[in-house]
Amino acid sequence: MLFGLNKKDTRFLIIVVLLTLFTPFLMQPFAETSPLAQFNGGYPDLMAKVAIFGIFAIGFNILFGLTGYLSFGHAAFLGVGSYAAVWMFKLLTLNVFPAVILAVIMSGLLALVIGWISLRRSGIYFSILTLAMAEMAYRLAYSVLTPITNGETGLQLRPHDPRVLDGPGAPQYPNLFGLELNDSYFLRLGDHVFTFNVGYYFCAAFAILAFYVSLRIFRSPFGLMLRAVKANQQRMNYTGLSPRPYTLAAFVISGMYAGLAGGLMAAMDPLAGAERMQWTVGGEVVIMTILGGAGTLMGPVLGAGTIKYLENIFSKINENVLHQWFAFLPDGLENMVVWLIAHFTGEGWALTLGLMFMLVVFFMPGGLVEGGRRIARLWRKRRHGGDGGADGDELHRPARSPHVAE
Amino acid sequence: MGILEVKNVNKNFGGLKALKDVNLSVQENSVHAIIGPNGAGKSTLLNVLVGKLIPDTGSVMFNGRSVLGRKPHEINQMGISRVFQTPEIFGDLTVLENVLIPCFAHRDGAFRIHAFETVEAEAEMIDMARHILEDVNMADKCHIHAAALSRGDKRRLEMAMCLVQEPKLLLLDEPTAGMARANTNRTIDLLQEIHEKRAITMVIIEHDMHVVFSLAQRITVLAQGTPLVEDTPENIKGNPKVREAYLGTAEV
Repeated sequence: MLFGLNKKDTRFLIIVVLLTLFTPFLMQPFAETSPLAQFNGGYPDLMAKVAIFGIFAIGFNILFGLTGYLSFGHAAFLGVGSYAAVWMFKLLTLNVFPAVILAVIMSGLLALVIGWISLRRSGIYFSILTLAMAEMAYRLAYSVLTPITNGETGLQLRPHDPRVLDGPGAPQYPNLFGLELNDSYFLRLGDHVFTFNVGYYFCAAFAILAFYVSLRIFRSPFGLMLRAVKANQQRMNYTGLSPRPYTLAAFVISGMYAGLAGGLMAAMDPLAGAERMQWTVGGEVVIMTILGGAGTLMGPVLGAGTIKYLENIFSKINENVLHQWFAFLPDGLENMVVWLIAHFTGEGWALTLGLMFMLVVFFMPGGLVEGGRRIARLWRKRRHGGDGGADGDELHRPARSPHVAE
Repeated sequence: MGILEVKNVNKNFGGLKALKDVNLSVQENSVHAIIGPNGAGKSTLLNVLVGKLIPDTGSVMFNGRSVLGRKPHEINQMGISRVFQTPEIFGDLTVLENVLIPCFAHRDGAFRIHAFETVEAEAEMIDMARHILEDVNMADKCHIHAAALSRGDKRRLEMAMCLVQEPKLLLLDEPTAGMARANTNRTIDLLQEIHEKRAITMVIIEHDMHVVFSLAQRITVLAQGTPLVEDTPENIKGNPKVREAYLGTAEV
C-alpha cells in the first residue's frame, strides 16, 4: 500500500509519472532535419498546455465523470484562477507559489457560490444554469469589473507594480524561487533536439499531483458516493444520504482544479484576459473529457493531450504546406484537393475536431480509453487463441451507458 | 402506542381527495398489510410516510417523533427503509458496491467526505456487506453490475440494501408485483425469515391476497382514500365490506 494505493494503482501512477517526466522526448520523435519535424510537439508552450488542460479536464471529470452533472461553466473558474494569479504577481511577488495558491482559493469560492445556486436543479437545467453563470462571469470580467480585470485589454504585468515581497534584484518573470519559468535546457542528441523547460516541469508536477488526488478520490468512499449520485439519486435519498452536499463538494473540487489550471496558465504567460472565461473554453473541456473517456482516470488527460497536440499540428498546415504535399498531382486536381483539405486544417481545425468528436461518440461512446481497451482485448484474444482470456466477462460488466445529462 | 401512528391525515391533489381522515397504528414487530383496489390511496399513504409527500393536515409519528416536514434522507436515518415497486438500485455499480453505500450511510450519516480512505481498505464495511449478501443468497454475485441482475435478484439486492441499515420499520411497496408464483413464494419465505430473525416491523402494500394472508398479522383495507376496516387476516377474509370494496356493490 504505497501512497495509500494498491499494487495495480501504484503501477498505474508510476507509469503516469514516467510519461509526464519523459514528455519532452515522447513529443519530439522526429529529427530537426527530417521533413516530419513540423509534427514535433516537444516545445515548452505546447507541453505545458497539455499539462494545464490535463489538470482542467481531470478536475472536470471528477464532477462530470463521477456524478454525471454536466457543467458548461467551468471556464469561469479558469478565468478567475488566471486573474487571481496575475494579481498576486502584481501585488506580492513573481514567485509562482502564492499565485497558484490564491488561484485555487478564489476559484473554489466562486465554485461554492455558482455550485450552490446551480445544483438546485439537475440534468439540462443544471447545465443551462452553469452556462448562464459563466456568461455572466465573462461579461463582468469584460466590462463591469474593468478596474479589477482591465477589461478588453486584459490584466498585464507593469514595471511599476508594487510586488512588495520582491527585492530590487528579483527576476522580472514568474519564477520558482529565482528559477524563471521560461528557462529551458536544450539537449542535443545527433539531429534531435530536446527541450527541458522549467515551466513545463512546474506544470507537470501539479498535473501529477492532480492525477494522484483524482485517483484517491476515485478509489475512496467519497468517490463511491459520487458514483451513486450518477447511478440513482432516488435510492440515495432513501438510503439516508443527501446527494446535494456530495455534488457541491465535487463541484467545488473541480472548480479548484480549473482555478489551478488558470493559475498555471498565468504563470506560463503572465497575462489574463476575459476570453479565457468564454463558454467555448468551458465547451472545450467537455469535449476533451468525453473524447478521452468520461468517468475514467486516464481519459481526460488523453483527451486534453490529443486535442491540444492535434490543434497545434493542424493549425500549422496552411495552403502553402498543402500545395507542397500535393505537388505531384496534376494542377487542376491539386488545387481541388488543396481547396478541400484546407477547410479542415489551419483555421478550419474546429471542423476536423467536430468530425473526430462525432466519430468517437458514435463508435466509441467510452472515448479513446474504450478504444484502447478494445485493442487490448483483441490483442489478448489473438494471443490466447480466440478464447478472450480473463476479460470475457462481457455479461457481468455490460458496456457503460453513454454519458448524457440525466 | 404503536411504533408508527398516523392520525387524521388528509391529502388532496387539486380536487381529488387522495387520503381522507386516515388513521393507522402499526404495532412494533408486527407485519401490517395495507390492501385496497387501485386508486385507494395506498401509494399516497406510503409517500407520506417516507417524506416524499407532505399531507395537508394530520400527523405522522414514528417512534414518538414526527416525520412531517423532514426530508426523505432524514426519515431514513430515523429508521424507516423503503422497498420500491420497481427495484431502485444503483444500476451502474456492482452488487457489493450497492450494499456498501448503505453501510457507509449507516456509519457516517447523511454526508461525510471520506476522500483519503480507499473503499478496499474498509474491511469492516465490506464484511458487513458480504454478510448481508449471504443472507439473501447473493454472495456469489458480488462483482456483477447491478443493472445486469434479473428482476428477482434486483429485488433481493434492494432488500439487502435496506436490511444492512438495520431499520426499525421496513416499508414494502408491492414486493411481488409482476412475479411468477414460484418467485412470489420465495419472496414470502424471505420476508418471513427477515421478520423472524431481525424483529423488524413491516408495512406491506400488496395486491396479491396470497402474500397478504401468508405474512400479515394485521390488515388495513383502504378504499377511496379512507380506511374501511382494520382487523386480523381471518376476520378480513369473511368481511362483506371488503368484498364490496374489491368487487363493487352487488345491488346496482
